[in-house]
Amino acid sequence: MHAKAFPPGPGPAANGSGVHLSTLAIENPNRRDFLFLATGAVGAVGAATVVWPLVDQMNPDASTLALASIEVDTSAIAEGQILTVKWRGGPVFIRHRTKKEIDAAVNTPLSELKDPQTDQERVKKPELLIVVGVCTHLGCVPLGHEGPYDGWKCPCHGSIYDTSGRIRSGPAPLNLAVPEYAFLSDTKVKIG
Amino acid sequence: MSGTSTYVPKSALARWFESRLPIVGLVHSSFVAYPTPRNLNYYWAFGAILTFMLGAQIVTGVILAMHYVPSATMAFGSVDHIMRDVDYGWLMRYLHSNGASFFFFAVYIHIFRGLYYGSYKAPREVLWILGVIIYLLMMATAFMGYVLPWGMMSFAGATVITNLFTAIPLVGVSVSHWLWGGYAVGDPTLNRFFALHYLLPFMIVGVVVLHVWALHVAGQNNPDGVEVKNVERDTVAFTPYATIKDVFALSVFLIVYAWFTFFIPLYLQDPDNSTIANPLVTPAHIVPEWYLLPFYAILRAIPNKLVGVIALFAAIALLAFLPWLDTSPVKSAKYRPLYRFFFWIFAVCCVGLGYLGSQEVSDQTTLVARILAVGYFGFLLIVLPLLGLIEKTKPIPASIADAVLVKAAPAE
Repeated sequence: MHAKAFPPGPGPAANGSGVHLSTLAIENPNRRDFLFLATGAVGAVGAATVVWPLVDQMNPDASTLALASIEVDTSAIAEGQILTVKWRGGPVFIRHRTKKEIDAAVNTPLSELKDPQTDQERVKKPELLIVVGVCTHLGCVPLGHEGPYDGWKCPCHGSIYDTSGRIRSGPAPLNLAVPEYAFLSDTKVKIG
Repeated sequence: MSGTSTYVPKSALARWFESRLPIVGLVHSSFVAYPTPRNLNYYWAFGAILTFMLGAQIVTGVILAMHYVPSATMAFGSVDHIMRDVDYGWLMRYLHSNGASFFFFAVYIHIFRGLYYGSYKAPREVLWILGVIIYLLMMATAFMGYVLPWGMMSFAGATVITNLFTAIPLVGVSVSHWLWGGYAVGDPTLNRFFALHYLLPFMIVGVVVLHVWALHVAGQNNPDGVEVKNVERDTVAFTPYATIKDVFALSVFLIVYAWFTFFIPLYLQDPDNSTIANPLVTPAHIVPEWYLLPFYAILRAIPNKLVGVIALFAAIALLAFLPWLDTSPVKSAKYRPLYRFFFWIFAVCCVGLGYLGSQEVSDQTTLVARILAVGYFGFLLIVLPLLGLIEKTKPIPASIADAVLVKAAPAE
């Protein structure tokens, strides 16, 4: 804090003799430099800490997160039937697949798929396919037993899914998502 | 161009007030003494019409907000309550829902007027960009307003539009959860959309003030696209000339608006929106409101999700760059035969895309939509820059007065 190189008082230290002053200011920081840097640092950190809560409050809240899992009894789903259940505010399809539907899904060569995944990777029990019922294009709910593969067809922009819920044609980029789930018993499944 | 005020306070009180806050002088110089080009046609009335519609939407909107409940369980019922129980609630709602359509109708004429007469060119680039910002804010406001009745189409619209953000690589899904406040469109989404739907119109008011300010710095463009050279010869005072013309045009506009509101109030509404939202079902044929259809058609025309979303936003964002995409120094299409030809092709592309956006997807509609989308982008990115280099323009009049006087005395 040796301020002797500067004119006294709050005068314009940087305006006087030009060339030397910027180096002088670095070598001999005065009170104003200190206040400038300290205020700037507090301001930047303060702004960041205030902005984060303002942004983060938009995220899913505790009551939404608390509804993150459901239990479903699958025994009543007849072969060929699709049950739609509500999970985290949106639909989940539980499809009791027929032998023909399973065979069609299993026998599809991976080279025909846009988002390659075998049928085995997508199910825990081959007869029960559980997928999130939200089109991976723009979030519409696809219609079951529709389209050339008899899987699903999205009414919004025409994406076609097969009996494994895999994307086959249309603008959707990905297969219908498989949610996290576990069989609690032979017929009871916990989703989420 | 507006210059210093010519307002002279008459009373002692007015003098006292003017020396403390010169707002009367500001209004006088902006809307009374303000010189307007003497050759303006009725397309120039739409600025005033839009200002009126913004005010009307805010008045009816604030009233509706007094009776509406922004919650997933009660929103649909509260709209019914407005329609059946609230005194004149049906009128407020129909004025507001049809008002949105008429607001957009007016803004499209206003935008195409600007395109036809080259109103975006120097020195009006900032004025034009502020206009594009207003248009963007209008679309956001209208979209969120459409979600509020919480019908089937409200829900599907909210889902599709917010899902556009899932196309962003890596963070897309987190962004959509953040927008929804959940894992799907739901109660938190509706509540925040209501808050923003109430906020954005006042932001529009703010940008409109900047828009009018920029207009009064550069001065109005006019059908001949030549700048005012002599205020005496080329202009007339805003009041009474432009004022009475604007009010007349507004009256005609409002008669049509009232006809829609009273006789066919649901003509522009999708019947699916009269059914309460159900997150487990999407209507068989979803469409946005008519004023967003061209952009929807562009989105659907592109088979790749990310590219489709980029094209949709680019279609709007490119408008802001128009002052630099158009390289011709001549403003008005009156003196640009080639530009006039391509302008109408562009207009047909926009209307055609709008029509296709309302139709169900098939191979044929997708093909035609692709051709028209190429036309849309081709006009902005290829035709406009090239025309400035190759077009032989007609001679422009020396001044506004010359243009008007030649027309008035064609025999000479």
